[in-house]
Amino acid sequence: MQEPLFGSVDEVVELLAGAGYLASTPVATTVYLADRLGKPLLVEGPAGVGKTELARALAQATASDLVRLQCYEGIDEARALYEWNHAKQLLRITAGRDQGWEDTRDEVFSEEFLLPRPLLKAIRNPEPTVLLIDETDKSDVEMEGLLLEILGDFQVTVPELGTITATRRPFVLLTSNATRELSEALKRRCLFLHLDFPSPELERDIVTLKVPDLDARLTESVVRVVGALRSMELRKAPSIAETVDWARTLLALGADTIDEQVVESTLGVILKYQSDHRKAAAELRLDRLLA
Amino acid sequence: MTGLPDRLVEFVGALREHGIPVGPGETIDAAAAVDVLGLADREQVRAALAATVLRRSGQRAAFDALFDLYFPIAIGSAETAAETEDLGELRNALVTALAQGDTERMRALAAAGVEVFGQYGSFGEGGSGGGGMSGWSAYQTLERVRPDALLSRVLAAIRGEQGDGLGEALSRQEAQSRIASFRDQVQAEARRRTAEFRGRERIARYAVAPQPDLVSFTNASSQQLAELRRTIQPLSRKLATRLAARRRRSRRGQIDLRRTLRRSLATGGVPMRPAMRERRPGRPELVLLCDMSGSVAGFAQFTLQLVQALADQFSKVRTFAFVELTDEITELVTAGAADPEGLARRIMTQARLTRWGMSSDYGDSLGSFVEGWPDAVGPRTSVLILGDGRTNGGDPNLAAVREIAGRAKHVHWLNPEPRSAWGTGDSAALEYAREVPMHECRNLRQLTRLVTELLPG
Repeated sequence: MQEPLFGSVDEVVELLAGAGYLASTPVATTVYLADRLGKPLLVEGPAGVGKTELARALAQATASDLVRLQCYEGIDEARALYEWNHAKQLLRITAGRDQGWEDTRDEVFSEEFLLPRPLLKAIRNPEPTVLLIDETDKSDVEMEGLLLEILGDFQVTVPELGTITATRRPFVLLTSNATRELSEALKRRCLFLHLDFPSPELERDIVTLKVPDLDARLTESVVRVVGALRSMELRKAPSIAETVDWARTLLALGADTIDEQVVESTLGVILKYQSDHRKAAAELRLDRLLA
Repeated sequence: MTGLPDRLVEFVGALREHGIPVGPGETIDAAAAVDVLGLADREQVRAALAATVLRRSGQRAAFDALFDLYFPIAIGSAETAAETEDLGELRNALVTALAQGDTERMRALAAAGVEVFGQYGSFGEGGSGGGGMSGWSAYQTLERVRPDALLSRVLAAIRGEQGDGLGEALSRQEAQSRIASFRDQVQAEARRRTAEFRGRERIARYAVAPQPDLVSFTNASSQQLAELRRTIQPLSRKLATRLAARRRRSRRGQIDLRRTLRRSLATGGVPMRPAMRERRPGRPELVLLCDMSGSVAGFAQFTLQLVQALADQFSKVRTFAFVELTDEITELVTAGAADPEGLARRIMTQARLTRWGMSSDYGDSLGSFVEGWPDAVGPRTSVLILGDGRTNGGDPNLAAVREIAGRAKHVHWLNPEPRSAWGTGDSAALEYAREVPMHECRNLRQLTRLVTELLPG
């Protein structure tokens, strides 16, 4: 076992706060456990609740390198793990024309011609590393098989070079928007964290942290309005990022109180669908203005 | 820490009974996690167990309720309880707590309320009688405390700060959600107290609500239906992704020999670039025929909305509703996408579904569908019939079903009743099932599976 990154749950909260991420008890506990038990952490939740942000803050808090693998449809081994630099290999072969086959072969398949992709990079890094595998649900099912092998024992086999084992286990964080059910096998190897919208108190602290110049009373109102919007049945509930954006907008506009007029004119910052807009206006009684 | 492994295993057993698959590997992980953390902080233990045992976000509510049962916050009456025996005083304190949004205080008051007003049955000496019918009732507590009736008082207490329209709407919404969470606290407290008295397993089995996707459509409460509705958007997105993936896979098809040979002429007869046969995925037309009578309306509405959300998977969706007669409601459903709660009411008031009664008449309904909209069903149409097939003793009109089946590409019947109830009483389900394939569709999980199977890919 390698040295754990955190000594206690409270230390997680403290270090993450230092990196600009306010963690709730479940988040801090799960991060602490993932570190202590040496398991990857699968974070699921609606868009914009700070899944990717958590990885960034973790890297900063523990002074680790952040290696990021962005998944997309059709991502494969060559993009995720490693690839041979064919162009360079060809150049090498033409340059050393009079060399024997044995020498050329040994040289062409050496470290110099290997292009490491994020997964290999994270495994080979001797420094502490946070490996972020973003939007895992976007990748194909075949990709999960590859991840299983790597997350299981943190080693990669390159046929020409042999097996590369991690000298230092990276802290692995997978995120998913749940557009597709990930396979049971992958889920079983991970700790599961469902990130949801934060409590009003926590969200207020987040807004204060990100937009410190905003008046405290105004921050309070911002959080209340957003909370009310989230309890409606909207197509897309406002995320934390959108709350912060809205707070910034209000600051830029120099608003000193939140009234119907201000909300009506800036609702576009937090709601992205016309139908949501109409519904929110009706339920928050913004239409009284027009009457 | 003796007893902890046993408790953990019991807890895992209860989770399995609620349809959350937890393997032995996960149980070991959970134990390891608790070992690392210790038992000092209950919320940390809760988070640790959730992280190791859960795999899906919909399982959280059932998990929390069971956690509160197996790792209770206290034993016996909470120490804050019995501070007031007077109903009026309790309600006053509750108004203050609700207005301030003080969760801890609300919990304490919920405990006090259950302690004082919720007890029923004979307890014998010091509550150890163990009589068959005694315990603490959330229903009885809520009947006495009546938190819903406090809404206007809570509003008045909050309103102190802001008085405009927006502030009013905000306060109302907050007050309502706090009252709802107070109700949940009372229920959790009653479960905890009763569990001590009557055994944890029993309460875990009967008093903890099932996961949303296992709630049966026919006896879901309005609150559960609202919760189900909230899952429509994410579910339809998931289904659409799944269908798109299936279509993509089928595209890597067979070699088109004719086109490959034609192409090979350019390379001197050597087929360098094989041409694949393209499959044109037919986007079928869908016709939904829904029973809107009281017994199955919840199910029909839900399915309507799900299909509506999936509308771009079809070239055309037409919806019909019936009670005693059939009428087309495609317009109503499309126009009502913004207001799903009011859909049923609008269908009942604006479409002509009834003559004089409110009970379903399958014979006339199917007959009027076949006669009134002969153009709706063609050889490219898939028809879904939603209903329990309870004819109220009338003629089932099998000929009409046969005619629909003859004209359409596929017909499937989704029945929200359990298979064992088909054909009992006035149900003509078995007779219909002989004409068209009938599927049991009692909960969201079954519906999801059926939609994936029945939809073309």
